[in-house]
Amino acid sequence: MARLDLDVSLPLRAFELRLTLAVERTVALVGPSGAGKSSVLKVVAGLLPGRVEFDGEDWTRLPPERRRVGFVFQDYALFPHLSVRANVAYAGPVGDLLERFRIAELADARPGDLSGGERQRVALARALARRPDVLLLDEPLAALDAHTKARVRGELSELLRDVGLPTLLVTHDYEDAAALAGEVGVLVDGRLRQLAAPAELVARPRDAFVASFTGANLLRGRARRGELTEVVLDGGDRIYSTDDADGEVGVVVYPWEVSVARAHADDSALNVVRGEIGSVVEIGNRVRVRIGAVTAEVTPASAARLELARGGLAYATFKATGTRLVPL
Amino acid sequence: MIRRALLGLATLVALGFLALPIVAIFARVPPGRLAAQLSNGVVTDALVVSLKTTLIAQALVLLLGTPTAYALSHRFRGRSLLVTLVELPIVLPPAVAGIGLLAALGRTGLIHTTVPFTQTAVVLAVAFVSSPLYVRQAIAAFEAVDENLVAASRTLGSGPVRTFFRVVLPLARGGLVAGEALAFARGLGEFGATIMFAGSLRGVTQTLPLAVYSEFDVNFDVALAVGGLLVLVSAALLITLKWLASTSTSPFRFALSSSA
Repeated sequence: MARLDLDVSLPLRAFELRLTLAVERTVALVGPSGAGKSSVLKVVAGLLPGRVEFDGEDWTRLPPERRRVGFVFQDYALFPHLSVRANVAYAGPVGDLLERFRIAELADARPGDLSGGERQRVALARALARRPDVLLLDEPLAALDAHTKARVRGELSELLRDVGLPTLLVTHDYEDAAALAGEVGVLVDGRLRQLAAPAELVARPRDAFVASFTGANLLRGRARRGELTEVVLDGGDRIYSTDDADGEVGVVVYPWEVSVARAHADDSALNVVRGEIGSVVEIGNRVRVRIGAVTAEVTPASAARLELARGGLAYATFKATGTRLVPL
Repeated sequence: MIRRALLGLATLVALGFLALPIVAIFARVPPGRLAAQLSNGVVTDALVVSLKTTLIAQALVLLLGTPTAYALSHRFRGRSLLVTLVELPIVLPPAVAGIGLLAALGRTGLIHTTVPFTQTAVVLAVAFVSSPLYVRQAIAAFEAVDENLVAASRTLGSGPVRTFFRVVLPLARGGLVAGEALAFARGLGEFGATIMFAGSLRGVTQTLPLAVYSEFDVNFDVALAVGGLLVLVSAALLITLKWLASTSTSPFRFALSSSA
């Protein structure tokens, strides 16, 4: 499979964007807005300067129109004065792209009359009509409502597998990145903090930011070495971790590692944090409960059995092996 | 009650004042006789001169003004200074424009030419006075084109030239047409700069507005007829402009009032 290499060193408004990256299958860059994610795509497309090499071919000095990239912009950037068919034909032969993306019946419509999901399909068809060597997707799911998003994410993931092109996508949503890409890079202030498979990022986050970005709880405290590492949390609770660390640390606990109880479980093998129930939110088939500074995920049945409601007291418990200690 | 009456009165006086000269042009002489005057030699000569010079001048405005406006629609250091320079002729008294053109291109001018008092001088005077209206409007129209669309066009394989003609120009078209309509109207009515730089020689440099001036103490009816002709052409342009503004979302609302 072809390979895209880039080496960027670009002063942006608030910081310098610096990263080197090799893309063979699908790589997702995630990070907060303003981290420089979209700028990376623009470098690959030739809209911003930076070293880019495709399969050993130097693209650095090529203008955008000679780079063979399929760029899907965040707002899709469809030409408003052209029909759907003309938008796709603008990039190259239409072929069976309209049928493949289920937009054949919209061929004569203007982009202004389409829904968000339809616009995205037109943008993808247009990008592929270019016969690209590389796909670039800027926040491919951000412009969609929550309802359409889940379906489109599945379709997109299938499409990326089918086309088999090196793909670089950026998103601010870790779940989207994990669903679409084999490798996820966390970009903060123009630097790549960690690049790894989604599962690896969750299992071994390199730092506190990566951990919180992947959806983990982050508790601050002071660690002291022992048989197990003892951490005195900022709130005064004392917990234990199987990770080795000393001094100021962040304790990373994923919500699905946390159980909830209404009474103090007298089990010394468990870490216990006592707190007031801050919120109870149902997300799909899970319930997210916030206890003090800890977020836990429980089944709706347990949430009902425990009579969890805002303002009550509860105990969040998790095993020492369910924690990761990261530098702050 | 009194306040509303005063408001109504003021409006009535203002509207009457603005409409009266237009009404007078058509009321003083019956339309039939007015139309007959249009076959007068002075009128046909002036019509030919006006038509020819206006068309050439506006072709120049479009050909040179469009790329200029596109260049000025991009951000760069010193841009606002250049834009101000382009806009200056709009606020300049036409007589100053005329004397300036003479000082620049006259026999003793900065660049010695034999242009003054020729038809070329009419073209230059009209272009000088009317082009800023087009360029200013065109800059706004180009600025309103989403730069993401330009970037998209480039990544889809189109170079800067194809991108300009296939994406930028079609999307800016409404604003460009409106700007050109304003420039055309301004050029057609040009008087001050033309009379100073080109004179008023019948059949050569005497345009329709100059014919009104030269005829009004010779044959007032002819002057009126030419005036009526100019009123009709100008009104047609204004109506076209308003129609364009109502059918397009291009940013020429600030050049006309919000009612446009």
